[in-house]
Amino acid sequence: MMKGQTLKEKLLGQRTRTAVTDGVIYVILAGLGILWILPILFLLYTSLRVTPETGIISKLFPDDLTLGFGNYVKLSQDTLFWRWFGNTLLVAVCSCAITTLFILMVSYAFSRMRFKLRKPLMNVMLVLGMFPGFMSMIAVYFILKAVGLTNSLFALILVYSCGAALSYYVCKGFFDTLPRSLEEAAILDGASQWTVFWRVTLPLSKPIIVYTILTSFISPWCDFIFVNTIINDAEKYTVALGLYRMINAEKNSFSENFTVFCAGATIVGAIISAFFLSMQRYYVEGVTGGAVK
Amino acid sequence: MEKQSVLSRMGASIKEFFVGEDSVFRRFGRAVKKAVLSVVHGSLATKISCLFMGVGQMMRKQVVKGILYLLVEIGFILFMVFFGGKYIGHLFSGKLGTVAGGALGEEIWNEELGIYETVKGDNSFLILLYGVVSFIIFMMFITVWVMNIRGNLENDKALAEGRKLATFKQDCNTFINKKFYVPLLIPPLLGLLVFTIMPLVFMILIAFTNYDFEHTPPGQLFNWVGFANFGQLFSIGGGSGFFLVFLRVLLWTFIWAFFATFSNYFFGMIIALMINRKGIKLKKLWRTLFVVVIAVPQFVTLLLMQKILDGDGILNVILGTNIRWLADTANGSIIPRIMIILVNMWIGIPYTLLMCSGILMNIPAEQYEAARLDGANAWQLFFKITLPYMLHVTGPYLITQFVGNINNFNVIWLLTGGGPIDNINYGGGSQAQSTDLLVTWLYRLTTDTNPRYNIASVIGIVIFIICAVLSLITYNRSGATKNEEVYQ
Repeated sequence: MMKGQTLKEKLLGQRTRTAVTDGVIYVILAGLGILWILPILFLLYTSLRVTPETGIISKLFPDDLTLGFGNYVKLSQDTLFWRWFGNTLLVAVCSCAITTLFILMVSYAFSRMRFKLRKPLMNVMLVLGMFPGFMSMIAVYFILKAVGLTNSLFALILVYSCGAALSYYVCKGFFDTLPRSLEEAAILDGASQWTVFWRVTLPLSKPIIVYTILTSFISPWCDFIFVNTIINDAEKYTVALGLYRMINAEKNSFSENFTVFCAGATIVGAIISAFFLSMQRYYVEGVTGGAVK
Repeated sequence: MEKQSVLSRMGASIKEFFVGEDSVFRRFGRAVKKAVLSVVHGSLATKISCLFMGVGQMMRKQVVKGILYLLVEIGFILFMVFFGGKYIGHLFSGKLGTVAGGALGEEIWNEELGIYETVKGDNSFLILLYGVVSFIIFMMFITVWVMNIRGNLENDKALAEGRKLATFKQDCNTFINKKFYVPLLIPPLLGLLVFTIMPLVFMILIAFTNYDFEHTPPGQLFNWVGFANFGQLFSIGGGSGFFLVFLRVLLWTFIWAFFATFSNYFFGMIIALMINRKGIKLKKLWRTLFVVVIAVPQFVTLLLMQKILDGDGILNVILGTNIRWLADTANGSIIPRIMIILVNMWIGIPYTLLMCSGILMNIPAEQYEAARLDGANAWQLFFKITLPYMLHVTGPYLITQFVGNINNFNVIWLLTGGGPIDNINYGGGSQAQSTDLLVTWLYRLTTDTNPRYNIASVIGIVIFIICAVLSLITYNRSGATKNEEVYQ
């Protein structure tokens, strides 16, 4: 197709074509980027708005453009936000610790040890994970009630961390790819499986540990359905439920509290973003580590 | 050999499992026969242990182990006498309580005394729940009991062969070596048992009762109704059956799951390809622009989107239109349905992007160069090299996503709440709305002012069957389970 052209012309043509394609891609990326970031900016902007009498924005640029931290002050003074925040932090830290430990334990057992019930257990756990969680929510509530644990953060930690073992397979997939030679050498040197688990395998598993910690730390900040069933006491809400209730409790609470809600959401979003972006690399490794087979 | 479909092979192996020459029942029968025979021929210690757990061990100086077993037995008996026995009795009596009226109770005629007596009401819910709990504890006890007898038989064998019996310390030692999986698995499995298995068994049983708004404990009793709820969901039954509604919700669930999964996948991949393209600058900035969305909790972004798309929300202001993006019921609620899928792309594409960029970099560059030398254009490169590679690598991920989307509660619930309600008849009191997925319908059935827990449980079972079949097929066919040890 390039007959009659000199090599130089050919290269030049290719270069302009590349430049045009690059330009088109930049335009598309910029457009999409704006589309993606705009709602987030809208959130930030709403949280800083000073006209709180109505949360509904009926004009793109309101008459009054002044910004201020009034909503944040209101959030701290008029709501239990920081209390909810502390609750969530506590629940997130505890359940994340238990979840991570459980997942590592189960994955190690399934990946490294061979026993009769291994395959059946793995399949049963895979199948158990298929039931929609809501289905058992009411029963969980009554089991907790029977032992007097409703309305307590401890119950929340239990519920979040006890189902954790079901999502073992990403971590197991990772363990499967770790070379066994080190473990075998350690065992030849007289180390017990216990020692191997703690001293050999875990230090090699940093990416997957960080991934597990990351995902399990974030989930209590986002869930509001389970909390909604288990906890009724406003003192013990997590941020997700607190904020959700703030705009859903009464018919007009949406328009009344929307700006304050945005302030709270911004704080939570900022914290998770910081956490997430700093560990993004491990997240990618975790997701692909399980999928790349 | 003739090539069989996965399903027929699965069917055949299930049949083999239950009725074949080597079926589970026959194997179980043989095992029981062998066990009984070996106990009959076993030592005195073994025989005593059948009745008094741990005594056999104590007779052989395994005192600590013996005491532990004995304590388990005593604890179990106390539990059954004071609590569990009653509920297991109820569970197998075929009735979930006989006296209605809740805590206040009911006046019942007492023949002997010739007066009306107030009897405290039964709570069917608690009877069923505690029945399940007691039954599971009973099964656990049976397991420990079998372990106890097996230990004794092993001791018999060891003594006959002149070996020394393991001391308590040695026993403990095997738990951090050969049997390390036992301590590793027991805590997580106990957690699963209490917070997943027990509630699940309970909710599955609910599917066979008439537990709904007309039978709500503690005031009223509910009872077993067999397969009646399945009948209601799967029949048209002159307007009282939910089958048409069910089909409609099911169809939308699949349409939604298909579009949600593949739109995210392809567009995410295309954006990743654009960012990864040689010569594109500021790669990190572009990626971060998208990824920030992941970091804001979903309930926030979704509520925000709902607000933006509201009838008097900002989108209409910008466009100068007056469309109810999430509440228009025209043409089978087509606008809300499309909007949900679009919003889901906004939420989901960053995840795909994040996942894809890593994998895309793994595609061997030589493949591209070779193809380019042969004169392939960008589209051909994408469809002949990139896409097949990605599909190969992320196949399991796609199925997980598909199953996840069938169960994607958040997006639907927070955007439209399952609504809007359009004027198509949904069958008597099914409460399903136009953008409901099976899960949101299930949730509505349990939280509505007129809850129908029984139908909700049936729906849960249906969801489970769909998801389980899909994932078992994939997992058993994908390399991840077959080639566990290939990559070591």
